Amino acid sequence: MRKVMKLEGEICANCAAKVQAAVEKLPGVNEASVNAMTYKFTLDAEDAAFDAALEQSIKIFADIEPDCEVVA
Amino acid sequence: MNKKQKKKRNRILVALAIFVVFEAMEVVGVFDALPGGLWLEFAAFLVPYLIAGYDVLAKAWHGITHKQPFDENLLMSIATIGAFALVFFPEAEPHMAEGAAVMLFYQVGELFESYAVGKTRRNIADMMDIAPDFATIEEGGQLVQVDPASVAVGSTIVVKPGERVPLDGVVIEGSSQLDTSALTGESVPRMVEAGAQVASGCVNMTGVLSIRTTKAYGESTVQRILDLVENASEKKARTENFITRFARYYTPIVVGLALLIALASPLLLGQSWSSSVQAALVFLVVSCPCALVISVPLSFFGGIGAASRKGILVKGSSYLEALAQVNTVAFDKTGTLTSGTFTVVDIVAAPYFSPDLVLSYAAHAENYSNHPIAQSVREKFGKTIDASKVAEAEEISGEGVKALVEGRAVLVGNAKLLERAGVSAEEYASTGTVLYVAIDGVYAGRIVIADTLKDDAAETVSSLRNAGVKRIVMLTGDREEVAAEVAGQLGLSEYHAQCLPADKVAHVEGLLTQAGDRGKVAFVGDGINDAPVLMRADVGIAMGALGSDAAIEAADVVLMDDKPANIAKAIGIARKTMHIVRQNIVFAIGVKVLIMILALPFIGIANMWLAVFGDVGVACLAILNAMRTLRV
Repeated sequence: MRKVMKLEGEICANCAAKVQAAVEKLPGVNEASVNAMTYKFTLDAEDAAFDAALEQSIKIFADIEPDCEVVA
Repeated sequence: MNKKQKKKRNRILVALAIFVVFEAMEVVGVFDALPGGLWLEFAAFLVPYLIAGYDVLAKAWHGITHKQPFDENLLMSIATIGAFALVFFPEAEPHMAEGAAVMLFYQVGELFESYAVGKTRRNIADMMDIAPDFATIEEGGQLVQVDPASVAVGSTIVVKPGERVPLDGVVIEGSSQLDTSALTGESVPRMVEAGAQVASGCVNMTGVLSIRTTKAYGESTVQRILDLVENASEKKARTENFITRFARYYTPIVVGLALLIALASPLLLGQSWSSSVQAALVFLVVSCPCALVISVPLSFFGGIGAASRKGILVKGSSYLEALAQVNTVAFDKTGTLTSGTFTVVDIVAAPYFSPDLVLSYAAHAENYSNHPIAQSVREKFGKTIDASKVAEAEEISGEGVKALVEGRAVLVGNAKLLERAGVSAEEYASTGTVLYVAIDGVYAGRIVIADTLKDDAAETVSSLRNAGVKRIVMLTGDREEVAAEVAGQLGLSEYHAQCLPADKVAHVEGLLTQAGDRGKVAFVGDGINDAPVLMRADVGIAMGALGSDAAIEAADVVLMDDKPANIAKAIGIARKTMHIVRQNIVFAIGVKVLIMILALPFIGIANMWLAVFGDVGVACLAILNAMRTLRV
């Protein structure tokens, strides 16, 4: 399953890269992209693992850049 | 500026005012005159420092507690706390003012950075915002505005002047000028009247139009373009990935170096502790990779935005990067270099007949045919056809038509048709299609129909050569003679005729190996059978308006206005973008390395001020430089 979500707040390109790298390591994630230009978060994960991966991703965002939030 | 930015600005201004007052007091010597002045001074500068930077400290702490250290907040915190801490080295000059100033300027830079990036983002986003807000439909004699997604195919919508066409359709009433620039970059308005196809996303300029929709919103032109743009920036360029990878190693390495200097230089080289710690702090400040990681994607984003303003949609920064290296371009012929529609190019009348007469009779005889050839003859005739003059029209498949026009027997078709009717026509060899016309059993003349070159086809070839493209090849499924003629007209020495889709792929694969390691191959096409070739080439370029959806899907770059001359423009934008990207990388890394060298304890020229410039100053300059990509 692939979902594109909007980001709200502020995230710098460096943090975006860090979040992306961390999300890509989550189990079941095929591809992830955090775009600091378009403020879009794309998550592509196995259907079974998607919800867990999304939940983890939101936590990763909060850890690395608390100013940036994922809005579905 | 948004609310958050304004709040930050005000905070910085307050901190700056307090800082200036204390700094003035320090210069005049107020603190020195007081008992315990050094500690008073320490406390005084702590005030503007905390006002300006409390959030940085808080975030640094957040990073540590969430096992995500090594971000700029932590680095700035250590560096500034370090500057304040130098007060504990009895032999060192106090650096509290510097610590507070560094934090202040860091915040000013951050503010500018977020403002500039936000502004650029919005600029590009606005430029790409072609989505219609509503559609107007008639309901019970009243005009109501509804969500375009809720309008069914075949409904009638009304578009007033100044409004955006919300859905693709056919004009059933009214005439107007359409501004298509948002879709195609073409600035000349398009005239439309009843029967004309209109694409969503155009802006209606002069008259009210009633349009019967032919597509649902999800499949409309506007939605298709938005989908392309939305997914565009996901394919990141190699340079972009390189920079994020670089940043991942750069920061820990520089932090390590800072530690090494702080400890090793006093212990092993006998430098003073204070000068070593100072040098280490400079290292920490310049260790932020922000200037790089922000300016590179921003440049690409700007380049993609600039291209889209010219009607060139680039699906990702990786293709912009590849475009800049294109040295071989392969073209499909029909619909790419030629217009893909048949036009009458020549009419030759037999003795005692006039070309106008031949055309008039042919157009009447072809009145009931839907064949593209018949359409082109009628188009050339240009006048309305009086159907009452035509009788007994009959289409003979593969040969032509026969009909009674004003009571005279007219034959229009190939030589075989006339031959069977016992009319002898002189065979004429041409690269186009030849229509022979006979009236009352007498040969009256011939009409030559051919596909014509696009107006800018020759310009395309010359502009590509000027742009340094070494090899231009034409691949076509058409006959050898036609290919030779078109290639001759364009001055192309290399072409391959009668190519099946698989042959085109094979030719492009050959070009790919011959283009070398650094050269890239672009293929330009429009038809459905081009999709495999578009995918195989380094850069697949599709014609947007005429092109098939499959081709546009498979392509990496889409030319919205179907003008091949835009390819050279796209290459130009790509090269300029890459140039700016490289400038930023060299500039940012260069300045940072230089400052680090100057900061080494035994050189010791670089201080915290320079270091702050090396961080936010360089970031700001790189951002400003990146914004140049928007202007082409």
